This record gives sequence, C-alpha cells and structure tokens, in this order.
Amino acid sequence: MSQQDNQTAAAPRRLASGGRIDRATPLTFTFNGKRYQGLAGDTLASALMANGLDVLNASFKYARPRGLVAAGAEEPNAILQLGSTEAGQVPNVRATQQALYDGLEAHAVSGWVKAQKDLMSRFLPQVGKLGGKFMPPGFYYKTFMAPASLWMTYEKYIRKAAGLGRSPLEEDPDIYDHLHQHTDVLVIGSGPAGLMAALVAARSGARVILCDEQEELGGSLLSMSADCLDQTLDGQPAIEWRDAVLAELEACEDVQLLPRTTANGYHDHNFVTLHERRTEHQADLAPLNARGAQQARSRLHRVRAHRVIMATGAHERPLVYSHNDVPGNLLAGAVTTYLTRYGVAAGDKLVLSVNNDHAYRAALAWAAAGREVVAIADARPDPAGVMVEAARAAGIRIIAGAAVIEAKGERRVTGARIAAIDIDAFSVTGAVEELACDTIASSGGYSPVVHLAAHTGARPVWSDEIHGFLPALGAPMLKGFDACGAANGSFALEDVLVAAYASGVAAVEACEFETAQAEVPAVSELAETPMLPLYQVPHDKPTARAPKQFVDLQNDVTAAGIELATREGFESIEHVKRYTAMGFGTDQGKLGNINGMAVAARCLGQTIPDTGTTVFRPNYTPVTFGAIVGRHCGELFDPIRYTAMHEWHVAQGAKFEDVGQWKRPWYYPQGSEDMHAAVERECLAVREKVGVLDASTLGKIDITGRDAREFLNRIYTNAWAKLGVGKARYGLMCHDDGMVMDDGVTTCLAEDHFLMTTTTGGAASILEWLELWHQTEWPELDVQMTSVTDHWATLTVTGPEARALVGELTDIDLDRDSFKFMEVREGLIADIPGRIFRISFTGELSYELNVPANYGLHVWKRLFECGKKYGLTPYGTETMHVLRAEKGFIIVGQDTDGSITPEDLGMQWCVGYNKPYSWIGKRALSRPDTRRDDRKQMVGLIPTRKKAGDERIVLPEGSQIVFDPEHAIPMPMVGHVTSSYYSPTLGHGFALAVVKGGAKRIGETVFLPQADGTTLEAEITSPVFYDKKGERQHV
Amino acid sequence: MSDATTLDPQAGAAVDAQPQDMTSSQTSVIDQRPTPEVHAQCARSPLAHLFTARDDGDAGIVLQEKAFLGHLTLRGDPAQPGFAEGVEAALGLALPLTPATLHQNEGGRSIQWLSPDEWLILVPGEEAFTVEKALHEALAGRYQVVNVSGGQTVISLSGDQARQVLMKSTPTDVHPRAFPVGRGVPAVFAKATLVLRRVSESEFELVVRRSFADYLGRWLLDASEEFGVCIKG
Amino acid sequence: MMHIFCPYCGELREEEEFHVKGQAHIERPKDPEACSDAEWGDYLFFRNNPRGVHHELWIHAVGCRKYFNITRHTVTYEILETYRMGEQPTITGETKADPTTQAKGVSA
Repeated sequence: MSQQDNQTAAAPRRLASGGRIDRATPLTFTFNGKRYQGLAGDTLASALMANGLDVLNASFKYARPRGLVAAGAEEPNAILQLGSTEAGQVPNVRATQQALYDGLEAHAVSGWVKAQKDLMSRFLPQVGKLGGKFMPPGFYYKTFMAPASLWMTYEKYIRKAAGLGRSPLEEDPDIYDHLHQHTDVLVIGSGPAGLMAALVAARSGARVILCDEQEELGGSLLSMSADCLDQTLDGQPAIEWRDAVLAELEACEDVQLLPRTTANGYHDHNFVTLHERRTEHQADLAPLNARGAQQARSRLHRVRAHRVIMATGAHERPLVYSHNDVPGNLLAGAVTTYLTRYGVAAGDKLVLSVNNDHAYRAALAWAAAGREVVAIADARPDPAGVMVEAARAAGIRIIAGAAVIEAKGERRVTGARIAAIDIDAFSVTGAVEELACDTIASSGGYSPVVHLAAHTGARPVWSDEIHGFLPALGAPMLKGFDACGAANGSFALEDVLVAAYASGVAAVEACEFETAQAEVPAVSELAETPMLPLYQVPHDKPTARAPKQFVDLQNDVTAAGIELATREGFESIEHVKRYTAMGFGTDQGKLGNINGMAVAARCLGQTIPDTGTTVFRPNYTPVTFGAIVGRHCGELFDPIRYTAMHEWHVAQGAKFEDVGQWKRPWYYPQGSEDMHAAVERECLAVREKVGVLDASTLGKIDITGRDAREFLNRIYTNAWAKLGVGKARYGLMCHDDGMVMDDGVTTCLAEDHFLMTTTTGGAASILEWLELWHQTEWPELDVQMTSVTDHWATLTVTGPEARALVGELTDIDLDRDSFKFMEVREGLIADIPGRIFRISFTGELSYELNVPANYGLHVWKRLFECGKKYGLTPYGTETMHVLRAEKGFIIVGQDTDGSITPEDLGMQWCVGYNKPYSWIGKRALSRPDTRRDDRKQMVGLIPTRKKAGDERIVLPEGSQIVFDPEHAIPMPMVGHVTSSYYSPTLGHGFALAVVKGGAKRIGETVFLPQADGTTLEAEITSPVFYDKKGERQHV
Repeated sequence: MSDATTLDPQAGAAVDAQPQDMTSSQTSVIDQRPTPEVHAQCARSPLAHLFTARDDGDAGIVLQEKAFLGHLTLRGDPAQPGFAEGVEAALGLALPLTPATLHQNEGGRSIQWLSPDEWLILVPGEEAFTVEKALHEALAGRYQVVNVSGGQTVISLSGDQARQVLMKSTPTDVHPRAFPVGRGVPAVFAKATLVLRRVSESEFELVVRRSFADYLGRWLLDASEEFGVCIKG
Repeated sequence: MMHIFCPYCGELREEEEFHVKGQAHIERPKDPEACSDAEWGDYLFFRNNPRGVHHELWIHAVGCRKYFNITRHTVTYEILETYRMGEQPTITGETKADPTTQAKGVSA
C-alpha cells in the first residue's frame, strides 16, 4: 500500500486515549477496494469498527446485512476474504482474529449471493424473486430431492452457492511446516488461568508450551480496566501481573510461548494440533527472514503432551431477540473489549440487555468513554451487586425484569423495543417501550469453551449452576486432560486463579516433578449476584410470526426455524441440527448451539440436558491447507526411491514409470521414437542380441538358520527340501486363504543360508509376513531374516549374447555345462565382488549380476563399454512386461488380484501337494470354493485377425470377456484381460486373461465388448506364446 | 496369529529330517569390498550427487555424508550362552542390552540396539569383512550377520539448529532430556524411516537406506534452508 | 493418534511407528487338514468386532519390528495394556465394565 495516499478518512469511532493500540503508528488497509486507516495493535475488526463500517457482509441464506458481533474466534459474520495478490488469497478469515498490517486488503464474501441467485433463477425462478421468506429449514432437501437424475446438475450450483470465500487460482509461493513437539504440560489459553497454571509448571522445571489464539498472550487480562471496576492482582492492575508472569516464563529454557496459535484439535492420548500463524500479522505473503531465506507462513505443531490444561475461557452467549442480526447488535463483552483493548466505541448510544452482573462492564466502560448509555434492560427482577450499583450511581437507567425484545433498523440499529418479560411463561408481560439507540449489546451468560474436550468423543456435561456445559473431566477419553478457569465454569477471578494453581500442581505431580514455590496473587474483592437463565427472549408475537430471531448467525438459523423443525417431527437434536444447519461448518456452534438447544428444549417441553449434549469436532477454527500439508509438497510430496544406476538412466533420456515409490526406467526412446517404437526395438534386441535391465528394485531378503529350509517349505507353496547349495528355484507364496500373494526366485547359498527375492511391491510386506509367522506361530524355528533390497544392485543381462558379454567382465566360468540354468556363482564382476544368478524372466539366456550398490553404476557402465559390439540395449519395465508375458510369466498384482490360486494360474507344478507340513495356503485349496471348475483360470488370448492390419490389435487391459456377445444386457461376464501387448517377436497382439473354466476352453472364441460399443474377438490359447519348450534359457 | 509357545507336532518331524548337524554356521560369506584402488575409482555413495560442498556462512545446520562405512546387521538371541561375549570379543564393544542405546569407541566402531534380537554395527568400511568374519567365528547357534553396507549411508547432522530440523521431521522426541548422547532409535522421518542416533552432545547421525537417501537429503536441505546450511564434502 | 507402549522397547512411542494387524490370539489350527471346511473358514474369515474391550495384534514396524498385543477399548481408544507374544491379557471384556454411557448428542 502506498504512503502517498492521503485520502484515508479519519476513524470516527476511535477514542482519544486508552487501549493497547499505538496511535503513533498508523496502518493503511483496504476493505472492498476502499482505503482506510487503522493503528498498530488493531485487529482488522477493531480497525473496521473504528472507521464506522457497520455492514461487512451479507448473510448466508437471507442476504441480510451483517456487522461485527464479537471480538474473538466466535465472530459469526465478519468472515472475510484476505489477500492483496491472487496467490495470497485466503478465505474464511475472521476479522476479529486478523492483526492489522500495512497494506492489508480485505473483501466481503459476497460471491455466494450471486451464486445463490443463479441457482434460484435457473431452477426456481419464482422463489428467486421472492427471496428468503420462502426458504424454510430443509429447503434444499425438500426442493432438490427430485428428480434424482437432476441432482448432478443441481449439485454443481448448490456447491457454488454454499461456500464462504474462494481459494486462490495461483500457486501459493509461501512455505509451511510442521513441528513435532513433546511436552510435559501443554497449557491452552493464556488468560489468568493459563498464565497461573503455566507459571506453576514452569517453576517446577517441566517442559511447558503455552499457546493462545490471540496476537498477544493475556486473554481477558488484556481488556481489563479500572473503568469497568475490574479487579487488581496483588494490588496492581491485572495487566502488570500478566507482564511479570510472561517475563518469567520467557526466561525459562524449556517453556515455549506461542501467541497466534490456536489449539484446533484434541486427539487420542493427549495429542493436540496447534495452528501457529507466524507471519500473517506482517504481510500478505511471508517476508524473508533475517538471512534472506523463506520462512514458514504458518506452522502446524503436532504436540504430544503428558498433561493438557485447557484454559480456553468462555464465550458470552447473545440473547435471542427479534432482528438481533442488524448491524449494531453486539455481545456485551465485545463492546467492552473494543473499548478497553482497542480504544474503539461500537457506537454512540447504547442499550444493554443482560441477565448477569458481569455484562454491566460494557455500560461502565461505555460511560467512561463519554458515550451515552440509554438504558440497561436486566431480565432479573431485583438486580444488585457492585457493578449494578455502580451503574445506578452513574445515573444509568436500569429496567429490571425486562429485556430487549426487538431491534429496530435495517443497516444499523436505530432503536430497541424493550418490554417486561415472564421467562417461565415465555411471554411479554408489559407495555413495550421503544428507545432510540445505535447499539444494542446483549449478554445471556457465559458458555465455557469446551470444544477441545469434546473432540475425542467425551460428551460435555450440563451444569445447572452455571447454566452451561462443562468438560467431562475424568472421562476415559480425557486421561491426562484438565481444565480450569472459565473453561471449567469458574468465573470469579479468585476462583479462576485458585483452580488454575491446583491444575498446575496436579500436572507437575503427574509428570513427576516437584512443585516449586508459586503463589496465587491476592485478588481485590468484587461481589457479583447470580445470573438468571435466559436464552430466547419472548416477543409480543409468537415465535413463528415474530420478526426473525437469529440463533446461528453464520448459518442463518432462526428460533422459528428450530421450532418448525421440532413441529415437523425432528426430536433428536442431532436431526434438528442437520435439518437446520445449526452449528455447521466453520462456526462449530460457538455462539448458537446452546441457544438452539434451549429453543428446541422449550418447543419439546423438556430441559436442555434432556435435549442432548453438544459434541464438537476438530477443527476449532479453520486451518489453511498449507499448514496441513507442511513441507510435504512438490518434490517432497512423497518419497521417490532411486536405484544406484539412476543417473545413468536420466542421462540416457529414459522415461520413468512409478512402481510404488520407485522410479524405474520405463523405456529408453531414441531420436523421435514413441513408446511403441522404443519397446519393439528393445524387445527385438533382447530376443536377437542382448539387453540389460536395472532390476535393483526387486525385494531381497537374506535368510539364515538351520531351519531356514523348513521355513521356506512352510511359506512357499512348492518344495525346498532338495534344493542343493548353489541352486535357485522359483517359488509362489499364498495367504492362508490359498490366494497368490507374491512370487520370486530363492537361492540356496549354503545349507543354512538362502537369498529370497520378492516382487518390487512386496519387499517390505513380505519381510513383515515372514516375521509374523516366525514370531507368532513358529518361534521354535531357527531362522533369521534381514532385508538386503537396497544393498545389492541387480543388473539383468539377457539375450543370446549374454554369455559372451558377461564373460568379458567376470572371472566366473560361464560355461553352459558348468554354470547351468538356475544356479548361482560368486566371483568378481568388473573387479567388484558379487554374485551371478543364472535365472531368466525373459525366456532368454540370462545372468542377473548382483554387486554391492555403491559399485552398481560402475558395473553398469562397464557393461556398456564392453557391450557395444554385442548390440547391448538397455530396456525398461515395459519391454520386461512384454517379454515375460510372451513366456506366460505372471506378475503378481497385475495378473492376480487376491482371488487367484496357484491352480487358477495353471501352476500346479509349483504346488507341493505332498509336503509334510501343511504350508500356508494348502488347506484352502481344498475348500469347496477353490475346487469349483468354473473358477477364473489363466489363459492366453490372441485377437482374431480378419483383415490386414488386425495383427496390430491390442486388447485393452481390463476388458471384460463374454462368451455370447448376442446375449441380452446385462451379459454374463466370464473374465477379464490382465496383461496385453503387441509382440514384435510374434508379429501380432496377445494377452493374458482369466476366463471361467478357461483351461478347458483352449481354442474357443470369446468376445470383449468395449466402452465405445464395438466388440473385439479373440481365441483362447495357452498362456505361453514363445519358446513353449523353454529351450532358449538353457543354451 | 497365535502366540505358540509350544512346538507343534509337525515341526519336530521337519527339523528331524535335517540331514546334518550344523552347530556352526555355514553361511556364505564373501568379502564384498573391492581392492582399495578399485574402490577409490568406482564407488559412488548414495548422496554424492546431492551433498556437494557448500557453506552459507554462519550456518545453523551442518551436514555431511559419512559414506562407505561398513554396515552389518546382527541378529541373535542374547540369552544364548556365549552370544554377548562373542560379540564383544569380535567387535571390541559390549553388546548393548538396554533398548534404544548404542555403544561406540574411538576407532569408529559402534553397535546399536534395534530390537531384542537385532543390532546395527557400524565400522570403518575396510573393516567390514574382518568384523563379519570375526563374528562368524565367535558366534554359534541362532544368529545372523548380514553385510548391508551398500544399502545404507550415514548423514551427520549438527549445528545450532539441528534439534529444530529434527523436530520438523520426526515425531521422535529429540529434547536433550529425552534423547541423550548414546541413544538411538529407528524413527519415522518425513514420510520415510531411518535410524536416528545421538553420537555426541552436538552430533546426530541419521542412518538412511540408499534408495531413500535422495528424498531424505532433499528434505533435510529444505528444512534447513532458513537456518543456513554448511555441507562438508 | 495413539501413544503406544512397546513392550519390547519399553517406551511409549507415536502411533506412526506401528501397524495394526487385526485381532489377536487367532491361532492357526495345528492340523489344518483335519479341520472341516467350516472350521477352516472360521479361522480364515471370522473376527470379533466388539464395542468395548478388544485384543489386537500390532507390530512396532518402525522400531523393533516385533509383534505384540494391545488390549484396547474400541470406544474410548484407551490402551488398557500391551503385552508380548506368548502372554495372555490380564484385562478382558468380562473384567472391565464398559465405562461409556449412551447419550443423545449434538455434533458440530
């Protein structure tokens, strides 16, 4: 924002003195594009108020003008869009929680009004013209229920109409992070209770975190003033005690003070999420730090606390009277806070409507600011107490046994209708008097902020003493959780401090620290008289016909709406809430829930606790996605795993495929090759010359112990008793339900030493699986397992020239008769000690080279130095898939899906029916379901070629298979394609598939209806397409 | 799963069928380290591409890859007679039996408790085979020694802000009271895992798997950026 | 986010280090071939789903990699005990009365 702009209007409602704002530091900001001036220390809300801005938003459902109601997190109306750049846009910001900074730009959230009009005019033009009167609770449910087929159309518009604000369209340039915290004591809230408890904990040497959602620590102490007869601590203004405590806490090494930090969620076992806004009080985007580096704009603290002390205070409840939503209707406490903390008067002429003593502070502060207090309507018949007397003494008119029953005015309060009321009879009992005023402040008592205590499911408990809900301390979901101060129903300052001291001591003792000396400050005396329960104020018309009495301002829920819901049969408060939207969304029922329950209770003729309790859910106030994501974005979104040869693949221009978290070379295009051309070239190179694959991602487990062989016998489907040292064997693993879960080759390195390979995806889970059986069922077996997946780089050299090529690099004798298929040898490979496994996944002569991964890149490069004359070609996973499928080799997870047995795969040769131990999966193979002869069985498919070019047909993977394409829809589906490719070796497309009873249907024709309406045709064949006798791998 | 503590009837038969007595291990052990000349020319550490020397000046974070160390996984039942003694004889360090602790010596050897039956041994790279062989000679019965040197590397993390960077990354409590020198644990770290150990007042070691090294290295650099970074070559 | 005591590491650790593996104390029949199809089906597919005290098998996956058991209350998420493989729980549904009470409620 520019300094040359001198058109900022003077702030008409700013007081000449008082408050915690800095009158010497003006700040310029804009609201809806217009410039204004505020002061350092202002919130956006206090600055807006100081500038006399009454209407800040249009309401959600009825588009009524709305202004400030509160001064804290409970503000329901002043929810604004912030951001001076597109990338910096933040929706859902409460003006009461946003510190003012120079250049701040804020906008009303009015987009939804237009969206809602669009919705109405599109579907219900007659309603759109008439407006909110015709939108009773359940309107959306009733209106858009039918026809169901149109819901998809409605939804698009309803969604638009339902938002508060908009998300930015540009990428967020800011960074965010998480901080994992562990603490002995977490104190939430830094009012008198929080400070006292934190002080006791800190002095004992405990690790303490004290957080508060406001800009400054101190809570209610920050708005205390002698003007309101507020009490002194140790004979000093309370703020001095606060300053001294904070100074002491700041000096403690193991105490963290976190202002601007909201405890948003309380989770199991004292796990609390704190949302710290780190730079949002400074600028639109986070400024660079002192080193010139980016710093996190906001931070999510993930706190595990031994003890949690909830000192979150209380929210004042507004009274529910007609037109209580017109700008100029505020909470009494908010009026006080704006006066005493921000030096702003909400208006000039005040009417106060209350049911308790404490709210009189608003009138005292108002009068002290030189404004007129027109009258105080007190619902109690005989108000007394020190504050009441002080108001009387100041000449303020007090109307006992009465309340404001209706506010006058449209865009600003112009008057208050006051009448004597009978609470028990719920009726107006006297004449209505109308007083001119511009501000009505109400107070219906104080609701402890119990939200966090309810997040783990502990339902708050109603107290008839305070007429509000208390946290269910002692509930099993609240172990190690304590509350004190107003959050636990103690409102008198002395009670608050005493309770907080006790909470601090209890926490310290639970953490096994010795309690250090600390004293509760002496509190000056202040006698208050009890409140009188009052929620909805009666009107001279019945609720249904009275001007709207708002219960939930954010969601536009009225007392009449709740009454209607109960008349329509919604007796459960859960249903009333969902029907009316009360307490929905970001509001979380802060102002309205108890008033709403009181209305429902009145309509149902029962008490509030009979009507239900309140359960709140995280988050307490909205959290930005940035804070939730933290650093887990961009290249750090998820781990990317690389093999030792990765940089070579990158240099060669490989395209990569994600296989789990691994990046594997998919294919290596040359020149302008597309994937098909590259894969065909790679396939032919392997079949005709020699190729190399980076197979390092395969899972590898080193298994030793005298029972290792027996262990393999039990884990694998096939037999391992006779596998000799130096020999390898393919094995299948099943779950105990008989379904294939993994496969791989395991090699016997010594009589009690095996190297198992698993699928890439199974590497971690199979090790856990092996440990499971060893630890829980067969602890007596002498067997030990360790993952060596990352240790060995694996290079698969395959093709007719493989022997000649590998022979140039190794001292191992590769002679076909001395080093046979399915054997292993140890020796030097390109001067690196390692092992060579003669195993094949392509059907060609193959050698898998294993070397310690630190030397993998070296060996790979040496292969290519020697490989040129043999036509060595690197190949990727796509070519690997084609080659193995030509051989009918399955990929677990692609050709199987957890419902396929070894027998379904036609792999009876890999099932040890006669092994002595009933291995994992064996028993299930004789269940009736696995014995059915119409199970889906693995077959090959060759697309039918009817004309030139049809050899290029590749059946789409996933295609469903039917026997009779003429069958009426729905056709019985008998299987599906699991793997499908074009084979340059065969010269046509081919596929692997599972087909019901397929093993006995070789030669039959099946059909594959496609989404585009065409039907493909294929012949069932053996799943082995190439070198059916398996001769090539033995050469 | 059950928690069988008794031998099941089928197991005995299978074990009896084992042909030979194997009181001493027949594990296939090979010296996996090439000659020093070949090693010097050919070895490529997991973080060589990322941890190139850098000094931001007055850096809050100091990082260094301790590459090419010998990493051995030891498994075995410490209740077996001679096991702890054998390990100590072979390694020159007592076997840690207290959970989450490590023993280390001036010679760059260390052994860390990972599990009641698993330890991580780190030694200078050229000693890996010597120690592996010595352990095989000293131990008998149920045990396993596996060379995993190629699969892991070590990142040294120090500097004034080391704890802060760890707090950004791991849910493990790294407060000095909770994580004294000589403590080591496997830990969740960002979205991966590693072994975290405090080897001195000022230095943490992060033992990371090779395939995750790039991700974890990038994460550390990102989390450290605001404090200024020094990477020692 | 639970805080779980690993009976092998002897410490409380964050839930992120653990994986749950289902109901505890499901013993594989010693002689599977002697089981009827119904018995084998029970072993494979049927599990308890109590509202209250439950015994679960967990693994300290990012830690000692040991399997162990947790007695957990499925409503309150209290962990009543953790114990090693081969040990039996000291707290069962019968020994611990259900502390939760049904209440009508408003959720926000």
